[in-house]
Amino acid sequence: MTFTAPALAGSFEDAVAKFANDDFSDTDEAISAVAASGNPLAFPIISALKEERLSADPDTKKVFVTGTYGKVIDAATGAAVDKLPENAAPVRLNNRLRRAVDAALGSLTLLSTDPAKRIAAAQSVFKSHEESALAVIDDALAKETNKAVKAAFAEARAAILLYKSDATEVEKLEAVAIVKAKGDQEAMALLTGLPSDQPPNVARAVTSAMASIQSNLAMWSMVQNAWYGLSLGSVLLLAAIGLAITFGVMGVINMAHGEMVMLGAYTTFVVQEVIRTRYPGLFDYSLLIAVPLAFLVAGAVGVLIERGIIRFLYGRPLETLLATWGLSLVLQQAVRTAFGPTNREVGNPSWMSGAFELGQITITYNRLWILCFTLAIFVILLAMLRYTALGLEMRAVTQNRRMAASMGIATSRVDALTFGLGSGIAGIAGVALSQIDNVSPNLGQSYIIDSFMVVVFGGVGNLWGTLVGAFTLGIANKFLEPVAGAVLGKIAILVLIILFIQKRPRGLFALKGRAVEA
Amino acid sequence: MLTRLTHDIATMSRRRWLAATAGLVLGLATFSGAKAQETIKVGVLHSLSGTMAISETTLKDTILFLIDEQNKKGGVLGKKLEAVVVDPASNWPLFAEKARELITKDKVSVVFGCWTSVSRKSVLPVFKELNSILFYPVQYEGEESERNVFYTGAAPNQQAIPAVDYLMKDEKVKRWVLAGTDYVYPRTTNKILEAYLKSKGVKQEDIMINYTPFGHSDWQTIVADIKKFGSAGKKTAVVSTINGDANVPFYKELGNQGIKATDIPVVAFSVGEEELAGIDTKPLLGHLAAWNYFQSIKTPENEKFIKAWQAYTKNPKRVTNDPMEAHVIGFEMWVKAVEKVKSTDPDKVIDALPGIEAKNLTGGTSKMLPNHHITKPVFIGEIKANGQFDVVWKTPGLVAGDAWSKELEGSKDLIGDWVGKKCGNYNTKTNKCGGQGS
Repeated sequence: MTFTAPALAGSFEDAVAKFANDDFSDTDEAISAVAASGNPLAFPIISALKEERLSADPDTKKVFVTGTYGKVIDAATGAAVDKLPENAAPVRLNNRLRRAVDAALGSLTLLSTDPAKRIAAAQSVFKSHEESALAVIDDALAKETNKAVKAAFAEARAAILLYKSDATEVEKLEAVAIVKAKGDQEAMALLTGLPSDQPPNVARAVTSAMASIQSNLAMWSMVQNAWYGLSLGSVLLLAAIGLAITFGVMGVINMAHGEMVMLGAYTTFVVQEVIRTRYPGLFDYSLLIAVPLAFLVAGAVGVLIERGIIRFLYGRPLETLLATWGLSLVLQQAVRTAFGPTNREVGNPSWMSGAFELGQITITYNRLWILCFTLAIFVILLAMLRYTALGLEMRAVTQNRRMAASMGIATSRVDALTFGLGSGIAGIAGVALSQIDNVSPNLGQSYIIDSFMVVVFGGVGNLWGTLVGAFTLGIANKFLEPVAGAVLGKIAILVLIILFIQKRPRGLFALKGRAVEA
Repeated sequence: MLTRLTHDIATMSRRRWLAATAGLVLGLATFSGAKAQETIKVGVLHSLSGTMAISETTLKDTILFLIDEQNKKGGVLGKKLEAVVVDPASNWPLFAEKARELITKDKVSVVFGCWTSVSRKSVLPVFKELNSILFYPVQYEGEESERNVFYTGAAPNQQAIPAVDYLMKDEKVKRWVLAGTDYVYPRTTNKILEAYLKSKGVKQEDIMINYTPFGHSDWQTIVADIKKFGSAGKKTAVVSTINGDANVPFYKELGNQGIKATDIPVVAFSVGEEELAGIDTKPLLGHLAAWNYFQSIKTPENEKFIKAWQAYTKNPKRVTNDPMEAHVIGFEMWVKAVEKVKSTDPDKVIDALPGIEAKNLTGGTSKMLPNHHITKPVFIGEIKANGQFDVVWKTPGLVAGDAWSKELEGSKDLIGDWVGKKCGNYNTKTNKCGGQGS
């Protein structure tokens, strides 16, 4: 790399050397000096600072940039260096400096070749609305051909003008219109943060823009609540769907249901551990691998429980309740002994991280995938009960055990398989829940009450009831939460369910016919 | 067997029988004498199962480790220390039962234990009645000073108030979200913080207070609310007293909804190295925690302690955290007090403890105060990508723990003083023992 900037060289080098002082205010000065220097090394230095690739040697006061491929250069001169000195440590940042870095990078990347980067740069200028970026923005706006980027640039320019004290009234009014059209929370933040000494015309425009953004956002917040409700409903459904089989179809009060969920989550953890140590490239597929394994692990444990404990207790609900509750404690402590009491880290694969904007609401990928996943499981389960031989046998046994037995169905085998199926599905739920909750021995406990609530509310013995019940509770909860708060919201839901059960003891979708009396 | 023995005795000469009996009696005497001399018992009252096992198991290991180290140095008063570990199973009434068992049955000289405030409140009457000593190692809401309890964790003025000061001065925060789990510690802390913020001129509409149930896992609405609250054009920060388990989904939701620490920083009082061990910390870069100790603090004492701890647990990745350091300090103070009065008698040790000093792991010396709290430094750390904290700010010196908050109307005139006044809630206005809140 060759560059010549003799006039600035001295001050640029001085600025870079300040990074070595390990003092936040010196680093701050260095960032603005380097960003303003116009030196071609400014961009590599500041982006390295952001990614902790900028290191400094406290003894020699030399600063180094480690490239993404491990190549090291001297930050002040650009000369290549063999390797980092022993005692070089990354330059430390705090939040204030990270904001300064983002703002500096924003103006440095406005002319980047990648449109996505240009948009990101424009957004960070919008947030910081630094006057110094105005010239670059004007320049970039004139050259820009991409429509989306152009809009982002115009918004950033409007933000700067709004805050510029010597901008004309016309400029400011135009800026308000642009920001109003943007219409999201950031626009709102920008307008509310404006100093109050605006010309009366501008102040009026700002007030009306704020009112229009506000009403727009209020409408979107309804949509958002509905989405959150669907998402919470899908989690409830996922946790309850296994119970809908063991409790709903078989009538076994299985207090260890939550622990099946936990076993599924720990299976995911083990799968990810193996992948991390052996095949790091497969990490994005870890959940796909974990799903069948979790089904098998939890299902096998379920069959063991049915064969070992529950089959001796059919028709004795109190004893079943106590036995399975004891079992849940045993399973929890076993996992605690094997994996330790602390949370285990289950990572999100890249396709489940982050979010996207739909209108004015944020939809996170993990919630979206969980919703799809839950519905898929529900459909598969429904199809299985309706169209397979095992499903037919299950329905037969639950409807009339003695009749089924006399038709040649091995009822005890079907019992074991049904219980295994319910447990296995709980295990699959554990895989999904490991993405949004703690993987700890207590994971299952937090879902057991909710699961029973959903199954009872929806109507025991009816999968559709469970589906409708889960989504009703989820949506009701999310519409109550902003009004009443999380704690009161939950209490209100419980009270509503109690009242509902008084009125309809058999839940939303009550089974009719002889099976009910049996 | 028995017949053979009687036969032996019968055939034994009278003299030999006498000698044998004497030998036996002597043997018994030396045996029981040795037993009485053998050990000083130390009770460990931390949950090893149930919800709180996640946090408390480490503290049990810490005490075992400290006892081991002390015994290598020859024990205390020439006797070895012996740990008596019980499991109160995260069950608050069981804490009281197990405490009683430790004191009356096992006759321990001191107990190290409890995590949640409700467990501490549940054992208090037992320690008072049986006059024993409890060392409590966790940051808590204050508003308490008991003769039998020594509080080695932070009082609100040693954690919450300095953290808010930092945000106000360094980050210029103007709007505040106080988010907590719905129980006594967050509620009292938030009450104190609210009063403090208002005294600093923050308006009611710039404070949002939010409580969630234990183990809350669906944070979508609350995170969206925080985002909305933060878009009012003023710098916003979240002060989180969210309890251990609910933190992971909370931080995951923050990361997923794209709230970065540079926009809305979250400062947490219950998230330490141990809790971060269960999360991918890359999206959390820059969020803050306030503690009196961080594993990343570079002092010779701390490096030595971490090395010894990792060797003891045979796990080179085992992290250390703030409540562990509190136990380290508390344990050393107790040893020093016992050695000072040359006795483990609770009354003598309780009187000896105030004024005792012990080195903390961050390069200072903590002192036990007359109100049974200790002096500690306060650090603000930012979460780094490797799950550790980078200290970005610290108090210039040590901060003395206030048993009674100066911010609350009901407690600002109260002090705890077990040396001069012999009273935990002495009212300096009326000069009487026994104020509100006792």
